[in-house]
Amino acid sequence: MAEASNPAAIRAEAIESLLIEKGLITAAEVDEVVERYNERIGPLNGARVVARAWRDAAFKQALLEDATAAVAPFEFEGGQTEKLVVVENTATVHNVVVCTLCSCYPWAMLGLPPRWYKDPAYRSRIVREPRRVLAEFGVQLEPDVEVRVWDSSAEVRYLVLPQAPVNAAQLADDELVARVTRDAMIGVERFV
Amino acid sequence: MTQTYELSGAAAPPMVNGELAFDAPWQGRAFGIARGLAERGVYEWDDFRAALIEQIGGFDRAVETRDLHSSVPTPEFHYYDHFLRALETLLVARNIIAPGELIERVHAFEDRPEGHDHAHVHAHHHHH
Repeated sequence: MAEASNPAAIRAEAIESLLIEKGLITAAEVDEVVERYNERIGPLNGARVVARAWRDAAFKQALLEDATAAVAPFEFEGGQTEKLVVVENTATVHNVVVCTLCSCYPWAMLGLPPRWYKDPAYRSRIVREPRRVLAEFGVQLEPDVEVRVWDSSAEVRYLVLPQAPVNAAQLADDELVARVTRDAMIGVERFV
Repeated sequence: MTQTYELSGAAAPPMVNGELAFDAPWQGRAFGIARGLAERGVYEWDDFRAALIEQIGGFDRAVETRDLHSSVPTPEFHYYDHFLRALETLLVARNIIAPGELIERVHAFEDRPEGHDHAHVHAHHHHH
């Protein structure tokens, strides 16, 4: 197995074995965290929240006012104690999320961040030249659309509420959920 | 390494747009350890975050301040290498792991013969 000769893999294994011997963690606990993020926590959670907001105006209002409280009934896993803030895209506003310092991300809503989100290029450029970076992602914004860049922190995690499809009323709940993408909830994709 | 996942159907992982959470098993272990220790209360997640910011910040600054005429290519950013280094730094700073014992354990693992059993590490001595 190729892992055996990878220095990082060996270091990770060495750290884990020392921590197990010291009684600070068990292999089963590590397995559980990995399994949780590989199999149970992902952007489907965020998509369900967004689809509900598209369908239900009262829920959308509550979500924009206090997202942490509004999503509590969903009982998502993730051990997320940070405040969740949902920012709404409109015809004249486009929101995009970054963590300039590391990789903060609304785990409970979206799972773990994609590789590019953690990359130095995205973290620095989305702040300096958001329109250009968005264009590289395929988002062409009219000049009258305001771009708002939200920098995640230890305390606050942001989620973008994309614009609802025009035919939302004709779509079934699961069809609405299927319309929501991870990238749209980060703000590097725009539907309208 | 080869890892097989069932990528469709109801049991498909909620990974996104075809992307798995971890590129290699060791990255998942590193994440599981860092997160698991915080969940157990060995440290606060914010403490880990601070170590990660420090570690990544060092890389960012090195890239920003590098000589543009340098013939050395811009170093690639490997997130989980920094993640693991941040974990190591925090564990050493908290006196949870001594640098010496980590080096010793790494060497012991490096010296394992091919096809070793991961679950059982026997102390073995090499005479060079």
